Amino acid sequence: MRRSKLGFWLFLAPCLIAFSVVELYPMLSGFYYSLTDWDGISATPKFIGLENFKNIFTNEKMFWSCFGFTAAFAICSVILINLVGFALALLVTKKFRGANLLRGVFFMPNLIGGLLLGFAWQFIFTKIFPATNIPFLQNWLTDKETGFAALLIVMVWQMSGYMMIIYIAALQNIPDNILEAAAIDGAGGFRRLKDITMPMVSQAFTIGIFLILSNSFKLFDQNLALTNGDPNHATEMLALNIYKTAFSANDMGMAQAKAIIFFISVAIISIIQLYFSKKREIEA
Amino acid sequence: MCNERKISKFFKIIIGLFVAALFLFPMFMLLLASFKSQKNIFLDVIGWPKPIVLTNYGEAMKRMDYGSALWNLLWITIVATIIIIIFTSMASWVLVRYKTRVSKVLFYVFAISMLIPFQCVMLPLMSTLSKLDLLNPKGLIFAYLGFGSPLSIILYHGFIKGIPAELEEAAAIDGCSMFRTFWGVVFPLLSPITMTVAILNIMWIWNDYLLPSLVIGSNVQWNTLPLKTFFFFGQFSSRWDYASAGLIMSIIPIIIFYLAAQKKIIKGVVDGAIK
Repeated sequence: MRRSKLGFWLFLAPCLIAFSVVELYPMLSGFYYSLTDWDGISATPKFIGLENFKNIFTNEKMFWSCFGFTAAFAICSVILINLVGFALALLVTKKFRGANLLRGVFFMPNLIGGLLLGFAWQFIFTKIFPATNIPFLQNWLTDKETGFAALLIVMVWQMSGYMMIIYIAALQNIPDNILEAAAIDGAGGFRRLKDITMPMVSQAFTIGIFLILSNSFKLFDQNLALTNGDPNHATEMLALNIYKTAFSANDMGMAQAKAIIFFISVAIISIIQLYFSKKREIEA
Repeated sequence: MCNERKISKFFKIIIGLFVAALFLFPMFMLLLASFKSQKNIFLDVIGWPKPIVLTNYGEAMKRMDYGSALWNLLWITIVATIIIIIFTSMASWVLVRYKTRVSKVLFYVFAISMLIPFQCVMLPLMSTLSKLDLLNPKGLIFAYLGFGSPLSIILYHGFIKGIPAELEEAAAIDGCSMFRTFWGVVFPLLSPITMTVAILNIMWIWNDYLLPSLVIGSNVQWNTLPLKTFFFFGQFSSRWDYASAGLIMSIIPIIIFYLAAQKKIIKGVVDGAIK
């Protein structure tokens, strides 16, 4: 084949142009905007150096409480979603009548957009829960702790079916004869799970942990629709905090500076992931 | 032994059914509410609707402008997905076949950019798009191509690497142009991964809220279903009779899509996650 340079660039051009305009250029100019007092209206924002970052680290207590809330949420959701997802996978891997149907039901919430889910669950927490007249189930969305739990429930409901699918794919790769041999050698169900099944799906665990970690860290739609950060920003996660700084407070420069810190946090998570999966590749 | 298995299977089914009921519970409650009057919801939100009210759906449909919102979402999703498939498959092909340093670097740039959270680029993006006069559906589709490129290119790239180049070289020797070679010989071979790319992009674009709200949110005539749902909730947050019907109607299309393509969707999700 004639390998013309022109052909290469022509084939690449549409993606490269769109990608550069909507992602690369905004990312780079974002670094500059974070050093300005940009309000979104004036054409020439003033350069103010690291003022925004200084402000975030000294004055913005709320940003750090959102950060803490987000980190705590991400950790809890990683643990819960992976546990539930793995348990569901174990439940429906073996063939029995109705297993496929159950898989379908467990996976279904994942298809529905975060915004719709958030609103649907708002109905459950603000109408159905109180109607039970159980004191513990009242006013879940007007309190920080129960708001946290509510967000967690919604995420588990949405994502554990997704993790189930990934774990099913991993479980199906385990040869049956290994499990049977272990059973004949007298290994009980729990032993087989701990010493054969779990190690053999460990790669899926790595994928699952980091997938949910970065998804939860970046959560926005569900947060917006379910609590909108209420009461008084107590359940506001990072993405929503940045959004509100930009569009409610019109402090775009500050929002961009927060977004840079957000980006660095997400990048650190991903670098740790890369480190772990590379390490595993070498070991394997 | 055999008996033990039967018992464990029995327990699995019981637990499975119980968890399935938990999973379906919120949707079922919402469905019930959508057939209740406002007074009925106020007095007895959990019980069976009495009387059964069918007018909520018509009312929600009218207030959400459901028909046009659904149509906008449908064509934007389809056009954006087709454009993503066309251009990312082309780009991935040259990135694989031209073994140069430039293609390597470009591929890594695409891959690394997947780390960037949307909030990090959204503000500069809006100012860029407004300067280019792209705060409209055209701009939205353009943005979807840009944001969709990294994942789709990674998926295509991995697949194309596994296809031998001999066939393409033969076509080229026969005098096919690069364009003809790609569309006549290569693209048909990509159909399994094209299906995955299509499904992942459809699921993303269909449910996307933030990007369209920033790009076309201010122009009511182009509003898509998620945007309308959001506005609808702002206006009628206390009217759960209409709101529940509106939510059910917004959820139904994706459920139909799932029932029609369940196996392919699940394969797509697994492929997408492992990358």
